[in-house]
Amino acid sequence: MYVGVDLGSRTIKVVAFQDGRMVDYKIEESGFAPHEQAREMLTDYKADQIVATGYGRHLAREHFADDVITEIKAHGIGIHAVLPQVTTIVDVGGQDSKVITLNGKGQVSNFQMNDKCAAGTGRFLEIMAASLAYPLVEFGPAALDSDQEVQINSMCTVFAESEVISMKNRGAPRQHIARAVHSSVADRILAMLNRIGFDKYVAFSGGVANNPCIVSMIRGKLVGVQVAVPENPSIIGALGASIEAAKLGESQA
Amino acid sequence: MTAGKFEIKAYPEMWKDLDMDVERFDKMRLMLGDIYEKTYLSQKNRPSGMAYFDNMIAEIHGGRIKELLAAKKEGKPVIGTFCVYIPEEIVLAAGGVCVGLCGGSQGSVPDAEKILPRNICPMVKSAFGFKAGRICPYFQAVDLVYGETTCDAKKKTWEILDNMVSTYVMEIPQMKKQTDQDMWLAEVKEFKTKVESLAGKEVMLEELNRAVKTMNNKRKALQRINMLRHTNPTPISGKDVLLIEQIAFYDEPVRFTEKVGELCDELEQRIQDGVAVPGKNAARVMVAGVPMALPNWKLHNLVEGAGAVIVNEESCIGTRYYKDLMDEDGEDIETILQNLTRRYMQIDCSCFTPNNERIDQVLKEYRESDAHGIIHYSLQFCHTYNVEEIRIREACEKENIPYMFIESDYSPEDVGQLQTRVEAFLEQISG
Ligand code: SF4
Ligand code: SF4
Repeated sequence: MYVGVDLGSRTIKVVAFQDGRMVDYKIEESGFAPHEQAREMLTDYKADQIVATGYGRHLAREHFADDVITEIKAHGIGIHAVLPQVTTIVDVGGQDSKVITLNGKGQVSNFQMNDKCAAGTGRFLEIMAASLAYPLVEFGPAALDSDQEVQINSMCTVFAESEVISMKNRGAPRQHIARAVHSSVADRILAMLNRIGFDKYVAFSGGVANNPCIVSMIRGKLVGVQVAVPENPSIIGALGASIEAAKLGESQA
Repeated sequence: MTAGKFEIKAYPEMWKDLDMDVERFDKMRLMLGDIYEKTYLSQKNRPSGMAYFDNMIAEIHGGRIKELLAAKKEGKPVIGTFCVYIPEEIVLAAGGVCVGLCGGSQGSVPDAEKILPRNICPMVKSAFGFKAGRICPYFQAVDLVYGETTCDAKKKTWEILDNMVSTYVMEIPQMKKQTDQDMWLAEVKEFKTKVESLAGKEVMLEELNRAVKTMNNKRKALQRINMLRHTNPTPISGKDVLLIEQIAFYDEPVRFTEKVGELCDELEQRIQDGVAVPGKNAARVMVAGVPMALPNWKLHNLVEGAGAVIVNEESCIGTRYYKDLMDEDGEDIETILQNLTRRYMQIDCSCFTPNNERIDQVLKEYRESDAHGIIHYSLQFCHTYNVEEIRIREACEKENIPYMFIESDYSPEDVGQLQTRVEAFLEQISG
């Protein structure tokens, strides 16, 4: 059995892979000591090879992983496995957002990552949801309900938050503000996509792909492009890592 | 030198005489020593010739400063510089000394931000902060700071710096037309007069010719080491070569040339014996872009920490400093100054427009260094390099050269993110 672990900033994802397919997966909050948490999650499997990815990959290598790959490569492999026609991946995670392009063989040919700041990431959505008093899971649906948006001008999380607060104080309806927040994240992602260029098949992976509003906004703005969301977008990185583990294992066998 | 022992030597008495903030400086000294040990001394399989350069770092705040102070006592001008556009030959001919001033540390940035705007490049802020905070012995020791007009951040900062230390500004043209060359020749002559007045003597033909040779020899030594590191597998780490390139800006040129020569002999032997740093399959990366002033080792550390090796720096800490030589044995001073102007006009800093020479140069160095990909490195708010990046990227795309752009500053905040990007780039070029 081969196992991929994605130690993200918010959650840990584990995928078990055997005989060319995924046989199990788990998702848990990262907690305080992510590598211990991850090790705990691994006890159910008798792994021949473990490949780690994500923010905590090097920590995982120190403790239990056989090898590491970056999130960028992991998402490339993962998406190529489930949606082979895709050449462009949008991966928005907790800490950062990326756009990755693949060549015909599913190898990374180019990528872009957001700068140091949190704008356009899951973190940004979280902070804004909190300041509008929405639980994260309700944030996207609420924004989707709104038919009108107020304008957020600032891309910086700190300034955007104070903009949101002053909108609240001016009495703007909550879901309209929520929509504006989503629209600002979608714009960021689109800017990255435009910068790097994209084809007809775009896939959306990472935790933020669970947010229906962001996905529909991206779809709405990419005319003539098919935007696919895999069944379980959060585990794509871990899936990629597990496939890499299988490749490693087989090359050693 | 064993790990755990490295320390940059302290000279508190001398620092006090130089009117430094000794207490603060001493803390920075200890920190720098730690970072140096972790970054440099932990490397495996270093050439033994690096011992000289390790010692240059150990004596960076002492031994070398003493030499400068001794030169000053003899009435020799000591000039602090920031740019490869300083006609060093003239300073040398007058018996003077050029020292590159540091501007690669986050530690001095807050000192600068008390005065300067925040959104200018970290190099300018760091350098300025060293003076504002009185935490650099070189800044305290120099007679004069040489400033240039290569970018707006610099040229306006010199006006403010001039209140703290005498700052001489030379106009660097931004085009390479005949009128610009004539203008620069006039600037060079004016600079010569300035240096002569500092030195209290006129620059003579023989001395000028000797200085031209000294500088050529130094550049040739740097060219040689750069050529040797291009060997695949490479006999020396990119970090070590970067360090040597950084030290090139403040060491005594004749001694430095000799030491680089000795190291090159050793590297030749290593190549023969098949001794390489690091493994045979390491990805080879070329870095292009803005210079990395001491102690900016951030990118090299990340790239080599991920198992790759840097095999070329297309920057002013790097080939832009030494790729061009000057004609030797000029018959009269006027001819030499014209040759000098011609040599310096070959520098392809991004302050020039147009600057197609740089695009060609990047591609040429990529081929020569047998690299697998290029990282274009720039500093935040450095407009000329950040915009020129677009043209470099296009050129790389056209030639199918794996390429990545990194814009950063000296703070550690983005190290995690950069690590991911660097590793992903290495995954990409190793297939
Ligand atoms: S990049 Fe330009 S301004 Fe900077 S040191 Fe080089 S020549 Fe001077
Ligand atoms: S890095 Fe760019 S902005 Fe900074 S001093 Fe050099 S030329 Fe100016």
